[in-house]
Amino acid sequence: MSIFLDKNARVLVQGITGSAGSFHTRQMVAYGTNVVGGVTPNKGGTDLDGIPVFNTVRDAVQKTEATATAIFVPPPFCKDAILEAVDAGIKLVVCITEGVPVLDMLAIKPLVDRLGVRLVGPNCPGVITPGQAKIGIMPGHIHLPGHVGVISRSGTLTYEAVDQLTKLGIGQSTCIGIGGDPIQGTNFIDCLSAFQDDPETTSVVMMGEIGGQAEEQAADFIKNQMDKPVIAFIAGQTAPPGRRMGHAGAIIAGGKGTAKEKIECLKDHGIDVAPTPAEIGITLAKRIGKA
Amino acid sequence: MKIHEYQAKGVFREYGVEVPHGELATTPQDARAAAQKLGGNVWVVKAQVHAGGRGKGGGVKLSRSLDEVYENASKILGMTLVTPQTGAEGKLVRKVYVEEGLAIARELYLSMVLDRETRTIVIMASTEGGMEIEEVAANTPEKILKEYVDYSVGIQPFHIRNICFGLGLKGDTAKKAMKFMTGLYKAFVEKDASLVEINPLIVTESGDLMALDAKMNFDDNALFRHKDIQGLRDFDEEEPSEVQASKFDLSYVKLDGDIGNLVNGAGLAMSTMDIIKHFGGDPANFLDVGGSADREKVKAAFEIILADKVKAILVNIFGGIMKCDVIADGVVAAAKEVDLNVPLVVRLQGTNVEKGKEILSKSGLAIIPAETMAEAAEKVVKASLGEIQA
Repeated sequence: MSIFLDKNARVLVQGITGSAGSFHTRQMVAYGTNVVGGVTPNKGGTDLDGIPVFNTVRDAVQKTEATATAIFVPPPFCKDAILEAVDAGIKLVVCITEGVPVLDMLAIKPLVDRLGVRLVGPNCPGVITPGQAKIGIMPGHIHLPGHVGVISRSGTLTYEAVDQLTKLGIGQSTCIGIGGDPIQGTNFIDCLSAFQDDPETTSVVMMGEIGGQAEEQAADFIKNQMDKPVIAFIAGQTAPPGRRMGHAGAIIAGGKGTAKEKIECLKDHGIDVAPTPAEIGITLAKRIGKA
Repeated sequence: MKIHEYQAKGVFREYGVEVPHGELATTPQDARAAAQKLGGNVWVVKAQVHAGGRGKGGGVKLSRSLDEVYENASKILGMTLVTPQTGAEGKLVRKVYVEEGLAIARELYLSMVLDRETRTIVIMASTEGGMEIEEVAANTPEKILKEYVDYSVGIQPFHIRNICFGLGLKGDTAKKAMKFMTGLYKAFVEKDASLVEINPLIVTESGDLMALDAKMNFDDNALFRHKDIQGLRDFDEEEPSEVQASKFDLSYVKLDGDIGNLVNGAGLAMSTMDIIKHFGGDPANFLDVGGSADREKVKAAFEIILADKVKAILVNIFGGIMKCDVIADGVVAAAKEVDLNVPLVVRLQGTNVEKGKEILSKSGLAIIPAETMAEAAEKVVKASLGEIQA
């Protein structure tokens, strides 16, 4: 078991013929992901290493029975690409692209929720269930199959944490990058709830950052709805207010969303917080009695 | 992206949102001519910089004659305006906006902003115009009215009625508010704004509703579909090093410390700043090189960091898809080209890390290597104090 993704997923890549799309398709296949097709309008009938390319997602789904999709199209076309996948009946949509306008996400989000589609991203590294499949751009080889769920708003920081866990011999059930944008398809609570229900997951690492109230809401959920141990880390303790720190969502606005507030809130809710990014792995290990 | 008050008012006019008559000027002579053209006998000369609280810093001046307009414009143009939002270094004023003076009956507050938690566009209004809204929110939250607008449905008359009743706007003024707020909401969504703020929104003695001030920020991710808004960007208002960084697709924010850092990924970059601070150092910047760090990009990043007069630099890369040997090549080439004269600590992790380390050690450069983030941060802090060398 795992959450959102396992070895049975039949994966499409939208934007498969682009440079990022083709590169990461090959990486996903190398990891063992069952990539059944790609979509690039007007490139239908061609192929990438034998993977058939279709003009439309509808076509692709009919011919390949795809169940999931990875979106690598440029930001101006993401809204269209996500909605096309949803319309074709795909239930797991992972949008890697960075730079999607926030109003586009505001338009998409109620629809995917209503139709029960799991949208991950945008602006995220994707989802990996170690040893089974990955949809995204994370380096597969640093992961180890196991029982720790990992959730993060950032990409390379997730790799850092996963690497620390793997080096401590602690494997992961599923790792999800939910992305650094203000409006996300999937949030912390969606993942925490799925990890709580997943029998293979026994503990969770959650990595947040400055901006918004998502970590505070997650803290409430962890305290009230979960019995599995969760540890956290918050990036941006030294970030100045009013400045966007790379991610569109990482901004302290109106004095709200500081790292200090978030860390205090998490601790108040009984959640251990790693004091530095170098101690994420060890904090989890201590929490689950493996150190 | 931020724009000036006079530019925001231009956008407002496009959408039928009432603003006072005004003219832009860059010299006292022009300011005087602008006032003459506007007519009347009272004008306001307002500094145009990307920061609020201009009145407190002496950047907004009432003028009762054309000579006074000239005089006030001479004082404001070229001044370094310090406001609560500019920081101690202040901002150089290059332009003033000359506006007709109006007889004000009431000063209110109105803003629209994306609310992440409810995933709506929230309209905030208050009778406490002219005040810092954060202060009002902290001290008297009951004085802030909030209406949450579902983006797929859009603003409805009831939202506006609720605000009008809440603010005590009646009769003709309430009717004008309907047109005003509908136009403002339309401007927000059609131009992909991230914030629209009017403080104060005024009711004139004749019952008109007008935006006396105007602030508008835009979603950077949506600028591709707004050529007109792109044209409003004022590079003079931005930190030169940040403008330079954006040309190379580097995400960079200048900070006050003396330890430069170059990292891939925003979360890791923020965490690197944090861990430097943890070991007693002070980061000079946030810098995310993004998903690809070739020689040109690393070189540009080094140049920008070195221009900050840093005492040491930390390169922290978690090579995922990006391979460590490629990054090491880039770092070595860039370090040689920019003639690096401060200690450089490099921590590489991830794909092809061994090859990457070999490239660094064979480069002949005085690089201080580190295995983990903690070790790297500790070493860069010590190197900045001259306690260790390569």
